[in-house]
Amino acid sequence: MFRDAALVAGKDLRLELRSRVGVAQVAPFALLMLILFAFALDPDRAVLQRATAGLYWVAVLFSALLAIQRAFAVESDEGVRDALRLSGLDPAGIFLGKVAAIAIQLLVLEVLLLGGVVVLYNAEPSGFALLVPTCLSATLGLAAAGCIYGVLAAGLRVKETILPLLLLPVLAPVLIAATQAFEAALGGATGEGWRWLGLLLVFAAAYVALGFGTFGLLLEES
Amino acid sequence: MVASTSSPGTRILGVAVGAGLAVLLLFALVLSPADAVQEETVRMFYVHVPTALIAFTAFFVTVGASVGYLVRRTEWWDIVAGASAEMGAVLLVATLVSGALWGRVTWGVYWTWDARLTLTALLFVLVLGYLAVRRLPLERGQRSRVSAVVGLLLAPTTIACHYATTWWRTLHQSQTVTTTDAKLDGLMLFTFALGMIVFGLLYGWLMIHRFRILWLENRVEDLSLDAAIADRLREAQPDAPRTSPTLTGSGIPGATG
Repeated sequence: MFRDAALVAGKDLRLELRSRVGVAQVAPFALLMLILFAFALDPDRAVLQRATAGLYWVAVLFSALLAIQRAFAVESDEGVRDALRLSGLDPAGIFLGKVAAIAIQLLVLEVLLLGGVVVLYNAEPSGFALLVPTCLSATLGLAAAGCIYGVLAAGLRVKETILPLLLLPVLAPVLIAATQAFEAALGGATGEGWRWLGLLLVFAAAYVALGFGTFGLLLEES
Repeated sequence: MVASTSSPGTRILGVAVGAGLAVLLLFALVLSPADAVQEETVRMFYVHVPTALIAFTAFFVTVGASVGYLVRRTEWWDIVAGASAEMGAVLLVATLVSGALWGRVTWGVYWTWDARLTLTALLFVLVLGYLAVRRLPLERGQRSRVSAVVGLLLAPTTIACHYATTWWRTLHQSQTVTTTDAKLDGLMLFTFALGMIVFGLLYGWLMIHRFRILWLENRVEDLSLDAAIADRLREAQPDAPRTSPTLTGSGIPGATG
């Protein structure tokens, strides 16, 4: 299973590396969002600084939506998903591989966005002991839930519109918990943050488990 | 004959629901006393809490029926899941509206972002997503399977929403009724129980009708599919007259050849 996962993740990451869609489109889109937030909230440093954590995770969430859509769009051409179904790879392995590939892309994006909020919003990153596990667990949860809904929507004709409707409410707890933990880390008061980190871990574990159980079925349907 | 989804049983149930709602209004608005703390606003509670609890029950039925569908793969489970989600959505709207009105009077705002309310809003959006999936233009078997998985994924939010006031310290009232040191006055408790029964019956009544309608919709879908197939088959025979697809052409003459 883990060998299958590594194969799928390697394939997806190589595809992204060669097509450069992530670098050329998704990352600039995320940075653009940071700039637009600044316009919307008036370039008032105090407001931006207070809202940094929330804006950061909203930017991650919307970029994740693009990354997830992309991860399944690359397989909708030329019957690649049929090939994947027929390949004899373990569905749980395919799921883990896709989750890993999406998570790695998102982590790179998060580092980039962190640079963005430091430069644009004047945030001062601190509390790395909390910041790093928060990002890791939130990303795992995003990728796992995203993969379940991504493959579900992939086979549908209305996939572009149904995916955000289904996925965003599911991801709302991640947004809430990640924002709180992130804020605690940035503010230096990590006490409250650990509890939110716990929620993120539970969410990630729940959706990884759900994906293990349902991905095979959903892949057959897509 | 007027086509109808009612039967003697549902007619009795419908009358009972109508009468029950009238009696509930009488008790809730006139006979039950005003609360010592909440005063007259407590009357909203006789609609708010029963609709909320029945809505949660409806979503649990959807989750259960989704599991049932994934195990048994029969149309029955699929339709139960869909009908229950629709009824739950309607009842949840009633909960949200009554809660918002109550909140305006008591808290001074229609809406506040505490855990209970936020989760309820999320649950509502999730259910709208589920209902959107059920309307996707797919082959029925595929639609049922996809809906069942989406329905199953309603479970975590429904559970979290139901226990929100127990798990988090929120502005929203905690569960007044099930706690042992209930401070409910006898008549108030009766009115509340009546509300539960009436809204439970309302849910059951509408469920039966909705189930029958969805079942018939599936039959109509089958018939139009049969008609379309019959038409294509006739097209293949050049001397046969062409007919437009109608719902009456369920038989497939010469289809065996």
